[in-house]
Amino acid sequence: MSCLRRGLSFFCIFFSLTLFLAVQVSALEVPRLQGRVNDYADLLSPATEASLESVLKSLESSDSTQIVVLTITSLQGDSLEEFSLGVVEDWKIGQQGLDNGVLLLVARDDRKIRIEVGYGLEGKLTDMTAGRIISNVMGPRFKQGDFNQGIIDGIGAIVMTVRGEFTAPAEAKPNGSGREDPGGLLTSMIFIFFIFGSLLRKSKVAAAAVGGIATPLLAFLLFGITGLALLALIPIGMFGGLMAAALAGTAGGAVSRGGQAGGYGGGFGRSSGGFGGGFGGGGGGFGGGGASGGW
Amino acid sequence: MKPFSRIGFLLLVSLVFTGCGYNSLQMKEEQVFKAWADVEATLQRRADLIPNLVATVQGYAAHEKETLEAVINARAKATSVQLSPEDLSSQAAMQQLATAQGGLTSALSKLMLVVERYPDLKANQNFLDLQNQLEGTENRINVARQRYNGAVEDFNGSIRRFPQSLTNSLLLKLDRKEYYKADEGAQAAPQVNFG
Repeated sequence: MSCLRRGLSFFCIFFSLTLFLAVQVSALEVPRLQGRVNDYADLLSPATEASLESVLKSLESSDSTQIVVLTITSLQGDSLEEFSLGVVEDWKIGQQGLDNGVLLLVARDDRKIRIEVGYGLEGKLTDMTAGRIISNVMGPRFKQGDFNQGIIDGIGAIVMTVRGEFTAPAEAKPNGSGREDPGGLLTSMIFIFFIFGSLLRKSKVAAAAVGGIATPLLAFLLFGITGLALLALIPIGMFGGLMAAALAGTAGGAVSRGGQAGGYGGGFGRSSGGFGGGFGGGGGGFGGGGASGGW
Repeated sequence: MKPFSRIGFLLLVSLVFTGCGYNSLQMKEEQVFKAWADVEATLQRRADLIPNLVATVQGYAAHEKETLEAVINARAKATSVQLSPEDLSSQAAMQQLATAQGGLTSALSKLMLVVERYPDLKANQNFLDLQNQLEGTENRINVARQRYNGAVEDFNGSIRRFPQSLTNSLLLKLDRKEYYKADEGAQAAPQVNFG
């Protein structure tokens, strides 16, 4: 019986969750970034995909410029420009700071093409050039139904335009931005808790209070944690404070560690999602530059 | 111990200030200004394109004088309205800018409709290039406007939220910023998709 009820409630939660998600993604969902060529509409032959992949990879290794191809079956009524910007904002193609990313998007059933250009390449690959590539290079091929050659030619033209604009750094830079070195934070926190050490030794209540206030405060200031997580940190911090006071009673030097454990423990709650190996965007920015067209 | 606790006190005070949004509010206001600068840059970019566009169309469709003049007048009107950072808090000023820019958008979309009647012009590479640039610029304006509105939402929300609201009313006294809403005229912009 209880098993049935549990099953039912589980189903209810699952159902409402799906409903919630369905509402959330009423706009067209951004597909997953699989590599430099994301052929969701199945327009390309394996040989084409392989050759595009190698051309784009060699461009990135010499220039650091990232170009990505995405084909989809349908926009499902979405605006081409909005979808395209949504994709590049999610994938973050191009290197951070250089903003040298380009997305070539083809929507098969809508018969639409868009070249989305990152800030850093807007000077070379202007809207005008991008528009010419769509209407003069890709359009005619697409009209003949030759998607393979159309995309190869289009990418070829884009690569020719942007080559030489940037140079890759001598040593290979790992993709994705790592977290900033927390060493500075750590030092300052140890310093602060060392100062509180003098307080903590006097009263356990004060120690608990300081821990309870300081831990969520620091978690908020230094790690940007907000909401309910902060509330949860209060008892942790109070416990940390008490521990620190107890430790302070026995050994003065250990004060910093007990309280600091409470503060830093909260910090690990926010782990930055890295890229699961292979290809990933480097953090480039886009501002709506590029061109749209059709065939 | 004395100097240590004094340093601790100072640190605590500075931390409390940070927590109350003294710094973050000002940073968010800067972000609004920066986002606005991007909007203005894209609007300027569009205005710069227009003389070239008008000249090209004129070569093929000289007797569409009315439409062309409407574009030129709307451009003059739009470029005459500029907002200073303080104006971003003024609803009247923002409304004035939105109306002027919306007028230019609708004059341009009328021109683009007229152009449909001239196949020679539509086949002209120079015109096609200009059309691409214009479309790209309209798209940039949209993006910049959305990002500006996002920055405004963030800022306006912050100055109303406790405890930043207290910091703002007591110390900073920053005004809420106006959204850049698309004007009625702008609804007819070429890139708007009703599909």
